[in-house]
Amino acid sequence: MAQDANHLAESGPRWGLIVDLDRCTGCQACVVACHAENNVPVAGEKQAAYGRWLHWIIIQRFWEGEYPNVKARFMPLMCQQCGEAPCEPVCPVYATYHNPEGLNAQIYNRCIGTRFCGNACPYKVRTFNWFRPEFSEPLTEQLNPDVTVRSRGIMEKCTFCIQRIRRAQLDARAQGREPADGEIQPACVQTCPPGALIFGDLNDPDSRASQLARSHRAFRLLEELGTDPAAIYLKGGETNV
Amino acid sequence: MSEGRRPTEADQPPASAGEYDERLLLAERTDAEINQAVLQPMIQTGRGFWALVAGLGGLVAWGLFAWGYLVYWGIGVTGKNRPVYWTLFITTFVFWIGISHAGTMISAVLRLLKADWRRPITRGAEAMTAFALLMAALYPLIHLGRVWKFYWMIPYPNNRFMWPNFQSPLMWDLVAISTYLIGSSLYLYLALIPDLAMARDHTGSWRNRLYRGLALGWRGTEAEWHKLHRALGIFSVAIIPIFLSVHSIVSWDFAVTIQPRWHSTIFAPYFVVGAIYSGLAALATILVIVRRAMRLQEFLRAEHFDALAKLVMIAGLFWTYFWFSGFLVEWYGNEPVTRELIQEEVSGRLAPLFYLQMAANLIPIGLLVSRKVRTTPRLLLTATLLVNVGMYTERLLIVVGTLQRNDLPFNWGTYRPTWVEVSIVVMTFAGFALLYTLFSRIVPYVPVWEIKEGRLRYTLRRIGRLLVPTAAEIE
Repeated sequence: MAQDANHLAESGPRWGLIVDLDRCTGCQACVVACHAENNVPVAGEKQAAYGRWLHWIIIQRFWEGEYPNVKARFMPLMCQQCGEAPCEPVCPVYATYHNPEGLNAQIYNRCIGTRFCGNACPYKVRTFNWFRPEFSEPLTEQLNPDVTVRSRGIMEKCTFCIQRIRRAQLDARAQGREPADGEIQPACVQTCPPGALIFGDLNDPDSRASQLARSHRAFRLLEELGTDPAAIYLKGGETNV
Repeated sequence: MSEGRRPTEADQPPASAGEYDERLLLAERTDAEINQAVLQPMIQTGRGFWALVAGLGGLVAWGLFAWGYLVYWGIGVTGKNRPVYWTLFITTFVFWIGISHAGTMISAVLRLLKADWRRPITRGAEAMTAFALLMAALYPLIHLGRVWKFYWMIPYPNNRFMWPNFQSPLMWDLVAISTYLIGSSLYLYLALIPDLAMARDHTGSWRNRLYRGLALGWRGTEAEWHKLHRALGIFSVAIIPIFLSVHSIVSWDFAVTIQPRWHSTIFAPYFVVGAIYSGLAALATILVIVRRAMRLQEFLRAEHFDALAKLVMIAGLFWTYFWFSGFLVEWYGNEPVTRELIQEEVSGRLAPLFYLQMAANLIPIGLLVSRKVRTTPRLLLTATLLVNVGMYTERLLIVVGTLQRNDLPFNWGTYRPTWVEVSIVVMTFAGFALLYTLFSRIVPYVPVWEIKEGRLRYTLRRIGRLLVPTAAEIE
């Protein structure tokens, strides 16, 4: 169920992220790793409470039931890298576009900040730089040189750590081979302690991500909207907290 | 036809012709008197006028400061957040685009239909269109995260080989609004030329120099009139599809997304009808105010307000029908997010706004049924102001109300406006009033040539012992 036919027909990779909801403990390590890897600024308590956090991945928490029988459900949510992305056609300046590997690329330098993509996205995973990004003192020493530090007034979002994909591809090409399955790991995947996140090429039927995507537990978020996401969730059972 | 057109003292209409008294085109005035009646309030500016200009200018200056503050610090100084990415700016943008619709409606449609009552109010309506569009056109700039890069939306050849994305409704907006702005400005200017020439011939000093330039050497020859009428005929026809398309495109800014309650096929006609409703109401409001401020009671009479208010009422009925059609289907569909949005409106946090919207949009329709309300300036002012309170609230609910809820409950949000946003919104209202005020003192507010032309149709003829007004067909 993982991909539409047109994506299977393509020869190149289509990157996908598997999220195993049974394994997610809601520890937020992925959120921290993502901030460090992608130079995502910290909005601060007040701004975050007003809905202005900049996390590219967030653990959404849903409560079920009434006290004392309360359950917490965790759902990591990042850009779904839709095959038919609602955010792409609405941008007047092509700041967001579909790259050949099926990723929704965001060109920070091109963005003029209409925020139309943010309204069009049904998952609301695009974040906006409301102010000039600031990094408090020790954080300024660990900015990732592979990733642009964005300016104020532009949209940004999860890229599936495209800089890591490119580095792995270049390393592999230097050795005259294709990147092996599991060699490419976005920061969230690498850091996830219970291994709830699995990254891979959905066009390679033997990759671990592909195999999991064929699981009977697999589903895609808001699939009825026809956005063809590349993020695939594995249904969780009962998770009590 | 024009023989004995201007009745003299001797053939005063008898009392039985009293019902025609309020008709402007039958008024006993010579051309010179009409010229004077239009030019006098334009040239004489009192202390009140300058106080008004200063007050409005102050509000505009404060709004410009707020805009500068916004550009310096970032969009964060507004109340926007995730998921409410569009707020008061887009609301007011839609509102101004809506206001701009009545000018063309009155002028072009009624010109084509040869409705004579349009004659004294076309200029005011066309000016309203142009200035409302100017105010609307500010918002796509103001709301940008990086306004200094706005020119990236303009298609021009450049060495980066970058081209704007014409799939985006914002690009459609850019094309539609600039076309409409150019078209409606030309339309306003064309109809102005004979009056500018008239003003040129009756004023001195700087005004004379200004009008001489603007009148383009108009002499009033037959060939010039012929060309003017042809040009106005072409513009009247050409501008109607533009004015229908502009608000449709504005509605598609919302309707092409898959946001629940925005994603609707009825949005385009619903927006167009709403725009005409609020635009006509705004025109009536403005005419009542200008009539009093510029002492134009002579030209703007009960018959004009009566006819205009009837149009407002009809537009209001259409709006109600379209609103109901949209609401019924969404409510009946009962999809989870739509249901949540409708509950928020009908019985939740947005309920005060929702009931304000319904009351302010529906009550005037009922009020305008009465001829007394239609023809009494004070009552008409109340009713039409109410309409625009309602229509602004409607846009607020569509833009802000809808964005607060979406498919994933974790992404819901709440919006609170800030002083920056409110100041900028007030700036455009003050800016509109300022431009309109200055305009009314620089060009003849009442289209003198159109009134004179209309008067050619009407003759008082003596049939037996009665004086009867008769009308002839003119081109």
